[in-house]
Amino acid sequence: MADFYGKGLLKGLGITFKHFVNTYLEDIRWLSRGQRRYYTEEGLESRRSTDAKGIFTVQYPDEKLPVPEEFRFIPFLIYEVNEEGEQQDRCTSCGICAKVCPPQCIWIERTNDPDTGRPVPEPKEFYIDVDICMNCGLCAEYCPFDAIKMDHDYEISVYNRLEKNIYDKERLSRPVEYYASIRPTNYNREEAARAEAEAKKAARKAARKKQD
Amino acid sequence: MSEEVLVEQKSELEERFPDISRDERKGYAGFIVPPEKIVEFATGLRDEFGYDFLSSVTGVDYLPEDQMEVVYHAYKTTGGPELVYKVQVPRDNPVVPSLTPFFPGADLQEREAWDLVGIRFEGHPNLKRVLTWEGFEGHPLQKDWQEPFYEEDGKPFKSRWPGGDVIRSEDNNPFNKNVDYPEGFDPALWEPVGESAVYAGVGRLDHAVSETALSTDQIVVNLGPQHPSTHGVFRMVVRLEGETVVDLEPVMGYLHRNHEKIGERNTFLMNIPFTDRLDYFNSMSNNFGYVLAVEKLMGTKPPERAEYLRVMMAELTRIVNHLAAIGFLLNDLGAFFTPLLYAFEERELILDIFEAVSGSRMMCNYYRFAGMARDLPEGVFEQVKSFVLDRLPRKIDDLDTFLTNNEIIRARTIGIGVLTAEQAITHSAVGPVLRASGVPYDIRRADPYGIYDRFEFDVAVRYHGDIYDRYLIRLDEIRQSIRILEQVIRDMPEGPIQEGKPQYQVRVPPGEAYGRVEGPKGELGFYVVSNGKPNPWRYHVRAPSFINLTPLGVMGKNYMIADVVTILGSIDIVLGETDR
Repeated sequence: MADFYGKGLLKGLGITFKHFVNTYLEDIRWLSRGQRRYYTEEGLESRRSTDAKGIFTVQYPDEKLPVPEEFRFIPFLIYEVNEEGEQQDRCTSCGICAKVCPPQCIWIERTNDPDTGRPVPEPKEFYIDVDICMNCGLCAEYCPFDAIKMDHDYEISVYNRLEKNIYDKERLSRPVEYYASIRPTNYNREEAARAEAEAKKAARKAARKKQD
Repeated sequence: MSEEVLVEQKSELEERFPDISRDERKGYAGFIVPPEKIVEFATGLRDEFGYDFLSSVTGVDYLPEDQMEVVYHAYKTTGGPELVYKVQVPRDNPVVPSLTPFFPGADLQEREAWDLVGIRFEGHPNLKRVLTWEGFEGHPLQKDWQEPFYEEDGKPFKSRWPGGDVIRSEDNNPFNKNVDYPEGFDPALWEPVGESAVYAGVGRLDHAVSETALSTDQIVVNLGPQHPSTHGVFRMVVRLEGETVVDLEPVMGYLHRNHEKIGERNTFLMNIPFTDRLDYFNSMSNNFGYVLAVEKLMGTKPPERAEYLRVMMAELTRIVNHLAAIGFLLNDLGAFFTPLLYAFEERELILDIFEAVSGSRMMCNYYRFAGMARDLPEGVFEQVKSFVLDRLPRKIDDLDTFLTNNEIIRARTIGIGVLTAEQAITHSAVGPVLRASGVPYDIRRADPYGIYDRFEFDVAVRYHGDIYDRYLIRLDEIRQSIRILEQVIRDMPEGPIQEGKPQYQVRVPPGEAYGRVEGPKGELGFYVVSNGKPNPWRYHVRAPSFINLTPLGVMGKNYMIADVVTILGSIDIVLGETDR
């Protein structure tokens, strides 16, 4: 037999050795180009790409992987600021997110008009127990008003879980600009759809006026 | 198999077994067998009609009809659709003859049905609780059983909206008071009867000790529940003769959370993210099986592009799983973490794809009824393409060179933990375990679902049934998955990804459905019964990790204790799915 005992072992070790050497070869190549391979965005990008060679690890928390746009973690509520400078919730407290939530971690208190007693389309309080939230994103997916969206901030540890981990409306609310900054593609698509729907509505209104 | 052949075979069956009747309820299929005839029927089906693979045994509680039902799904290992048969028994005395003496694969499943639904299987050699603890009161999947701090029968709970008065669930459930004990029960005085039964169970000697050998005592050793070899909280009770394993019994349920009761409280849609948490390595294929079952009930199908996306994700997740399985197997062999991290490098890149598509690396929650959650974001298709076509084949070859001919691995795995083809079938082993024993049974080919009938691939099969073959078959399957992915990338059409409007409250007509996929660990089946309400009446998971443990005793016997660790690793279990 041409094979000798240990050949398989040596071949296998060759793979790890190649990996080891490649790490330093890549380092030298980057250095010779005058670029930094660690703690820079390009360096991180190259180490995670499909033709990456050598070392693969990320030095968290000094380096952080950029999250993709669809990344989801803990919902937040969107508000817009109107001309008078008031915060206006997009949420109408229709309750669909509370109904669709699999672990049932959303509590919504609806506002009632003090005079008529009829419900007003805006939440009085909005709670999310983030200890229970499973980050499934169904609330954001089925919200008809684009009022609740999933956040990108995943570093939310606190010292006192019992006091800090039920988020109320104030803690949950974020301006619409924040949403536009973390999910630009989604935001633009939704805005375009909204503009289209409004244009249609206006056209219908105009047509009805003409008929009258 | 065409409709006519099925009908013809059904009438043949009725001729052979005159006592059985067809299940005439709307939305139901299969046969109803009288309890006293079930053994004759099941063995006759196996011996005369070729349904040799008893895949799943499910207990269902029909409270309004005042009866309980055991549902059996049988298959031919040569392929084809399932044959469903059922036994109905009165609710006040649910006794069914056990099939375990004839189909050992029913062992753990019948114990589960006894444990959770309360159906007694007469003639079962070892009928005791399997997922809950021995002192547990009641059978939690009975419809009138309520969990401690029960809120309502079905979600959504009314307290959430519009009242919205927040209560932290642990205020309802303070420490030290989170269990309901039956009256007169004192946990401090309780004697664990089941514990001695476990030890007595492994005392059954079926191999005579040779008279010329040294006279030694046999000892019982607990491997687990906290043991690095068990991949989680899992216990193997082994009886040892020196270092040789004489008998072995798996003990599980330490991670039990009654996924199925939660599933019955949930609405149909809410269950999708919960299936992610079963086998947390393969959330994509878990989603796939569940939406298939519900789509069967609803009678809908996803559009073309969604079908391709489904296959793409399911195959990527298979690669993820097999890489992790190989890595962890090497860990069990003592190659501590170096091979695993090589495998994880590729896994990370696939998880990047999952994250970009679904928003989460592991808990993907990507499939929807009749569609997908969202289309591929920009650039992801190119990412998949360059990864699958350029990088992955090269890296799999690396892994192959790295490990396959390693002398230590060969010495530790060849000829160890042998499971013969016959044993694999009778013990209802599925997936790579079954195929490594020489049975070329792959649901993607035997009973295609989705669009798997369009792709060209080989069913990987190996013939020795030892650990080495179970390792090799996973490499083979990764290569076949790459082949399928190449075709998916070539043919991926444009178009919508959701049939109709996405709905948060789907209407599911009454009936039963069993959706099964070839998950990376084997046949993953979801048995769903709907009664037309928003919540499923019964939601059962046929978990491959759980049922693949049935042959563990057979595989582990007469090998060294160090081999048992590797044998368990070669089955590739995930405790989230085993214990549910």
